[in-house]
Amino acid sequence: MDGKIITVALVGNPNCGKTTVLNQLAHAHEAVGNYPRVTVAPREYKISHGDWTIRLVDLPGIYSLSSKSPEERAGRDFILFKRPDVIVNILDAGNLDRSLFLTTQLIEMELPRVHVLNMADEARRKGIVIDRAALVSMLGGPVVETVATSGEGLATVLDLAIQQAGAAHQHHVSVGYDIHLEQAIERVGTIVKDLHPAELTPRQCRWLAIKLLEGDEEILTREGEHSELIEQVNEERRQFSRHHGEKCEHAMAAGRYGFIRGLLMEARTIPDSVDAGGVAIDDVLLHRLAGLPILLGLMWLMFEATFQLGGVPADWIKSGVDLVSGALRSLLPESMVRDLVLDGVLAGIGGTIVFLPNVVILFFFLALFSETGYLARAAFLLDRVMHLFGLHGKALIPLIMGYGCNVPAIMATRTIESERSRVITAMVTPFMCCSARLPLLMLFAGAFFGAQAGTMVFIMYMLSIVTALGSAVLLSKTILRAKSEPFVMELPPYRLPTLHAVLFHMWENATGFLQKVGSVILVGSIVIWFLQAFPRDVDYSRDYDAARVEAGQIQDEAERADAIGKLALAENGEKLEKSYLGRVGIAVSPLFRPLGFGWKDTVAIMTGVVAKEAVVASYAVLYAEGKESEGLQRAIAASMPPLQAFAFMVFVLLYLPCLSTMGALRREAGGWAWAGLSVVYSLGLAWGLAFIIVAAGGVLP
Amino acid sequence: MGYSEDSGTGNERGMTLADLRPGQKGQVLRLPDEAIGNSLAALGLVRGAVVALGRKAPLGDPRIYSLLGYQLSLREAEARLVGIEIC
Ligand SMILES: Nc1nc2c(ncn2[C@@H]2O[C@H](COP(=O)(O)OP(=O)(O)OP(=O)(O)O)[C@@H](O)[C@H]2O)c(=O)[nH]1
Ligand SMILES: [Mg+2]
Repeated sequence: MDGKIITVALVGNPNCGKTTVLNQLAHAHEAVGNYPRVTVAPREYKISHGDWTIRLVDLPGIYSLSSKSPEERAGRDFILFKRPDVIVNILDAGNLDRSLFLTTQLIEMELPRVHVLNMADEARRKGIVIDRAALVSMLGGPVVETVATSGEGLATVLDLAIQQAGAAHQHHVSVGYDIHLEQAIERVGTIVKDLHPAELTPRQCRWLAIKLLEGDEEILTREGEHSELIEQVNEERRQFSRHHGEKCEHAMAAGRYGFIRGLLMEARTIPDSVDAGGVAIDDVLLHRLAGLPILLGLMWLMFEATFQLGGVPADWIKSGVDLVSGALRSLLPESMVRDLVLDGVLAGIGGTIVFLPNVVILFFFLALFSETGYLARAAFLLDRVMHLFGLHGKALIPLIMGYGCNVPAIMATRTIESERSRVITAMVTPFMCCSARLPLLMLFAGAFFGAQAGTMVFIMYMLSIVTALGSAVLLSKTILRAKSEPFVMELPPYRLPTLHAVLFHMWENATGFLQKVGSVILVGSIVIWFLQAFPRDVDYSRDYDAARVEAGQIQDEAERADAIGKLALAENGEKLEKSYLGRVGIAVSPLFRPLGFGWKDTVAIMTGVVAKEAVVASYAVLYAEGKESEGLQRAIAASMPPLQAFAFMVFVLLYLPCLSTMGALRREAGGWAWAGLSVVYSLGLAWGLAFIIVAAGGVLP
Repeated sequence: MGYSEDSGTGNERGMTLADLRPGQKGQVLRLPDEAIGNSLAALGLVRGAVVALGRKAPLGDPRIYSLLGYQLSLREAEARLVGIEIC
């Protein structure tokens, strides 16, 4: 222990409420959800408690300490090698039978522990009564009952943790195995003791012997230098499975479960029949015939609500923005500053921020799906379909999360055990139409497709998942031939989402969106405004002033106004084309000419690489006419035919992951090569599809 | 695939979790030697554990089993690796 600083790790099965506990204790805002493996990497918070400083670490959920998947590894390695001062072992009070399996391993490691029986509300509802005093003595550490969602019982957890860290005396308990296993443990333990005479206590020797007999690869490698020990262990394991028809580690697991059964028999009363959780609801939602249509219907409902309901507050925001820009226009004197504020900052921000309601509603639904436990069921329902595409059922969760934001979605692929399957999922996740692409799609759909706008956007969403699945097939058939991996997933019980959790999730994402608007979009809009406003003195191809004088001579009043108006437009247009921005856009635009995109579209596409929301902001600045917000839609509608617009939507939907997503891809898939491949592939695909659309549309009448 | 679909309940030898019908219970006899065996054991599928098949997904796979008061979803491919006897 370093003075008054201790490390406390939250350890437990997936989905037992560890992160909820962390959020309560550390006033943190980490993601929770009612499905296994929300947390995929350790998270540390420093909190002060009395005169102690506690480093509280939330670990990914694990079922046992001999786990294989990367995020389970992270949890296990933290416990085994970082040796936290105290373990706060979170257990699902309603499902102690399985939760305690991990505890039996912690008992053997002799780490100071506090046992937290979380979800006590659910256990009570099931009619389960727990004799805490009995558990305390049988588990060898304090036991607290809590309801993490309400905070009930959490007050004492930190006190107990500190007390355990300082406790000089450990209360020892042992998990007993069947006689043959005990003898083997004894024999191996003796060799271990001889090899490490001074440094290991008898209990540590026992632990090491058990791990070795379980065939724990890391421990075996660590002891690899002691060849006689390894030989003895291998011989014991061989002998055991020959005589018992069962592998040593399986018999050990059975022994642990036997210990748990005995313990619970004494310390728990449970009604005869306990509902495993929502069987009646599952009868409907997982129905043989209705299950899949219901899933599709719910998805449709989510998108429909996102657009229809989102439209109402969007109109209010629009009017608000118009009001502000109108007021500023009349207040500020005509100057470059006024142009910058109105046509740069306000146009860019206003153009993006109107989509806030849509984004918030989308996240409301995503929170609802994940908090109720339906998301895990969707993975179950679609596993077979996903399998056809070379993906794992669990891949559905990252893919659906991708509709929110690709970055956490790519992180979530860590829950997939096999490396290849995981890389495939990470690689195709960027095709999922994240909420940042929504503004552009809505802008274009609104501008070009009027009444069919909603349908168009729905088509785009479908296209995004079809592309993701198609690409998965391609990857799994070519560079990433994955052999299919097991689908082993605990189905969480249905839970009523707390209003707090859902609102909070919406709030987090709304503020995230606003932060982006206040940073990337703000800076982007200003930069774009400057690039399109400079250089101030361009070399015009003709003398507009002279032409204006000439036009002033026209007799007919209407004709004269028309001519002058046309001149102003032409001058503005030429000025924009010769601005820095115009020059860059024109230099790159040959790439997009076959698709029928102009240089302004090119510029918008380029800015989207930083953040997808920026595409709309760029348009807003480029077309800024300081008019009401509808002006942008009209200006865009006039800039290209609907066919090109459709191709453009497809292009923006699929091209390039944004910078943060590329970063996430590099981390999760392991290397820039993957991020690079993703760039090349998605650009090529987006371009190719857009080209096909334009070409096919040109052939068709 | 498919050839082992109908081993039926009469065939006591070589029964696996995959042979359970919805609502039927079995007791685990054997776990596979592969790595998956360890994960299944950690989840409570140890020798002697009583497991019931809850339901199958609409497309036939995966399935939901219930054991130890919770629900676990497995594919047929994995379920077939766990030897049981009907009880
Ligand atoms: N009823 C009830 N629900 C709870 C309680 N604690 C947590 N939950 C819910 O249980 C679900 C899982 O909680 P998390 O905190 O994400 O669980 P976790 O242990 O961090 O899970 P992973 O990160 O996936 O390992 C969430 O939906 C929580 O709202 C509780 O005491 N009672
Ligand atoms: Mg968590």
